[in-house]
Amino acid sequence: MSTPAPLLDVQNLKVDFRTEDGVVHAVDDVSFQLRPGEVLAVVGESGSGKSVTAMTLMGLTRSPNATFGGTARLRDLDLISATDDELRAVRGKEIAMIFQDPMTSLNPVHRIGAQIVEQIQAHEDVSDAEARDRVVTLLERVGIPRAAERVDSYPHEFSGGMRQRVMIAMAMSCDPAILIADEPTTALDVTIQAQILREMRDLRERTGTAIILVTHDLGVVADIADRIAVMYAGRIVETGTLDEIFYDPQHPYTWGLLGSITRIDRERPERLPSIPGSPPSLIDRPEGCHFRPRCRHEFGDCVKYPALESRIPDSPGHQDRCWLSVDEKRARREIAPGQIGLESEGAVA
Amino acid sequence: MATFLIRRLAGMAFVMFVVSVLTYFIFFVLPGGDPAVRMAGKRPTPEIINAIREEWGLDEPFYTQYLTMMGKLFSGELVSYDQREDVVARIIDGAPRTFALAIGAAIIWFAAGVALGLFSAIRAGGIRDRVVTVLALIGISTPVFLLGALASYYIGYKWGILPDGGYTPVSEGGLWQWLKHLIMPWLVLATLFIGVYSRIVRSSVLDTINDDYVRTARAKGISERRVMTRHVLRNSLIPVVTLWGLDFGYVLGGGAILTEKVFGIQGVGGYFADSITRLDVPPVMAVVLFGAFFIVLLNTIVDIVYALLDPRIRLS
Repeated sequence: MSTPAPLLDVQNLKVDFRTEDGVVHAVDDVSFQLRPGEVLAVVGESGSGKSVTAMTLMGLTRSPNATFGGTARLRDLDLISATDDELRAVRGKEIAMIFQDPMTSLNPVHRIGAQIVEQIQAHEDVSDAEARDRVVTLLERVGIPRAAERVDSYPHEFSGGMRQRVMIAMAMSCDPAILIADEPTTALDVTIQAQILREMRDLRERTGTAIILVTHDLGVVADIADRIAVMYAGRIVETGTLDEIFYDPQHPYTWGLLGSITRIDRERPERLPSIPGSPPSLIDRPEGCHFRPRCRHEFGDCVKYPALESRIPDSPGHQDRCWLSVDEKRARREIAPGQIGLESEGAVA
Repeated sequence: MATFLIRRLAGMAFVMFVVSVLTYFIFFVLPGGDPAVRMAGKRPTPEIINAIREEWGLDEPFYTQYLTMMGKLFSGELVSYDQREDVVARIIDGAPRTFALAIGAAIIWFAAGVALGLFSAIRAGGIRDRVVTVLALIGISTPVFLLGALASYYIGYKWGILPDGGYTPVSEGGLWQWLKHLIMPWLVLATLFIGVYSRIVRSSVLDTINDDYVRTARAKGISERRVMTRHVLRNSLIPVVTLWGLDFGYVLGGGAILTEKVFGIQGVGGYFADSITRLDVPPVMAVVLFGAFFIVLLNTIVDIVYALLDPRIRLS
């Protein structure tokens, strides 16, 4: 397949935080590429390092207690080693971000219009009136009714869903090449979630913005993602296309994740399925495969460091970190292919 | 807004009524507080005392006396028992001094408190933070009478850098003299508040700096300076500004008494202190109402300003 040059190329990203209890290895050896217009979903449970990865790309994890390794090249700029000023010129302009909680992500004391204008004027030399007109257009585009009036409202006058639309409008205000959405729908009602996702999908269609969607909600993933990266304890344990992950999952952790989706069109199980045990401490991680202590299929090789590589002969893009052979995996996983997924026509609607 | 103001005005009137009744009552029942005896001079005969009582209306019941005094106060006819001087005139004379002291000190302590608080919050836990913390605690714990006396003795008397007390109106000595006399009182009065405010600003900034919208602001690509002023400070100063209004009212309403006494400023606070020692009820009543008025007024202003600073707050 012909692949355009990646827009963002993350290689061996490593993020450590020094804390009183020891060094937290929040992100460890994370590599992925993002191509123009692509939607990459980063999934995993809380503490898997998915948000830290996203924030690190924006430079939002920089602090005296953080150390970074690896590279994340956006075109010609390495976001990891960039100076604060270089990074400032890029964020909001080339990479924009929407956060998890729209209720607290907007400054309560400034009008929403002014908050978006602030971002536009940080990167472009436009007059107040011009910037304001642009904000009204942006707000209209994300489905805010009577945008010309609402532009002067304060955040508390908006509902959560409306605020998330404002955040999307803000993120899109300078036509970024990449939009990072960190659990954009987690804090919202289910009906609003669907609207916000539709908004993001429309946006990608219209502008060709590549999206990194950080989430733990596999339903959201199926709706919008092209490719998926599954993270566990700071590492990507499996990555591939939507279909590869949903129909031929290779890593036992991915099986667990997929098995924990509840479906209203299936018979209700006695208990919600879950992965036994809890994620390891990121200060003192198990040797080799980090999922080993929770894995039912553990064997001798699991104490060896598993590289993220393609283990299926003819799908180079489908990579994982499990030592089992492909045949063993396919035989052992409890979830029959297709059982978990959504019907494929529903997947990329 | 209109209903809010009407309600607050009624509330202010009620508070001042209660304060004045209580103050008057305290002096009424206070032993040795009988003004007739005190006014009659040394070795008074009962006849003289009775005559004074009758003349000043001191033989009337409590509420009649109270009403008479309040009537005189508000018509500007109130005269002190001790010096027989015009109480309202004294307050009008002393008020500019008290205002000059309070306003200057309030500006100093706000500016210095915010600067120090921000300074220690930006690198919280660092050595600079610790130094500021220790200095703030020293400032908070040093009594005004000690600090004022030391400053007045060394800086004023011994080294002669600044006048050791007194007050010169601008009309008499010019701006420079006025300023020279006020610098020490301002700093002495502000010291306690600088300590308190630097601690409050520090914790308020630290609360705000990790808020989600500050992260959003950084993600926009605006300068760090703009993040700090427009997003962090703008929000963390809301509680500080409201507290500032309340403290300013408190200083006007009696909080500067010690400073006025130590530096002989002869403002309203100094007048109050002198009148108390003479158990001179009319000036005490007048100054108490003066103070209560500014405290409740500033409270109302603070509520209005709070609503202006934080759009989520509604006056109702």
